[in-house]
Amino acid sequence: MDTAPLHAPTVARPAGWRGVVADWSSDQRSFKGASWGKTMMWIFLLSDTFIFGCFLLSYMTVRASTTVPWPNPSEVFALEVAGTNFPLLLIAIMTFVLISSSGTMAMAVNYAYRRDRVRTTALMLLTALFGATFVGMQAFEWSKLIHEGVRPWENPWGAAQFGAAFFTITGFHGTHVTIGVIMLLIVARKVWRGDLEAERPGGLTGRRGRYEMVEIAGLYWHFVDLVWVFIFALFYLW
Amino acid sequence: MAQPSASVHAATTAPHEGQQHPIRVYLVVWGWLFVLSLFSYLVDYFHLQGALRWGLILLFMMLKAGLIVAIFMHMAWERLALAYAILLPPLLVLVFAALMLFESDYTLFMRQAFLGPQGG
Repeated sequence: MDTAPLHAPTVARPAGWRGVVADWSSDQRSFKGASWGKTMMWIFLLSDTFIFGCFLLSYMTVRASTTVPWPNPSEVFALEVAGTNFPLLLIAIMTFVLISSSGTMAMAVNYAYRRDRVRTTALMLLTALFGATFVGMQAFEWSKLIHEGVRPWENPWGAAQFGAAFFTITGFHGTHVTIGVIMLLIVARKVWRGDLEAERPGGLTGRRGRYEMVEIAGLYWHFVDLVWVFIFALFYLW
Repeated sequence: MAQPSASVHAATTAPHEGQQHPIRVYLVVWGWLFVLSLFSYLVDYFHLQGALRWGLILLFMMLKAGLIVAIFMHMAWERLALAYAILLPPLLVLVFAALMLFESDYTLFMRQAFLGPQGG
């Protein structure tokens, strides 16, 4: 059903604002050219945006309302390498790892539409590897901070709210990355076995496999990277 | 968000071809994301302060977010009806942010007035 064609796929629809009005006032479907699988992933990501938006808003509120100085993230997340203290070094590496995973994912989507099973699988596995590396570094960061005495209710450096904001925001993001890695591995296996090529029904929903599944999985993965962009800027750099 | 009208029609005329763009586009965006991340890191590394620091952080953040959504997530090639449906609602978060800034200012004022420097 989700791959049902538009009424008249060969008729060019208006673009720009007229296109928005025409699409929304037409019957059956507003999102022309986007399958409902892709549309629903976008709507899910929109709801997820509100979840992370609320986390970042709560963080802003507690940080702006405390009378105690906020711990300096530049020093808290510094890493000592060969006797020199690099501010935010681990966080910067994590950022580059996650961006790289987004790059490999975008290329996996591209090769999926070219029906190149080997390259798609390899790139998706590489993406999952980058994601797992990210989660590993986050686990290291958490252990380091917990060892240094950071708790959701206190920390050695300043405002007590720091720990609560840190564990909630990075914890939820890390969970998203972990779920993403699992999802990537499942879809990569489907690609490798040729389930999408042969349009075999999936085990969970029984819907026929198609290469768009790689793009939809990619949407989720890029979103995880997108959220990190905001966390990196607003929590670590601010 | 500027949308090339030619690709808009392409998206509706050929809905089953999927998103097909040259690999080079992704590599260029990947490179830019690296450069922008490096810039944001340097903002912290060189201890820029005040409006300059916050302005640059927000600028690099929005540029990176824009590149990811537009190119990696293919929003630039989707129909405007979908783009607006997904991209406009998050702007309401900014209204929420403004409300909470007033609220936290008030809380801070009350704490300073009644709890002293050590309170909260």
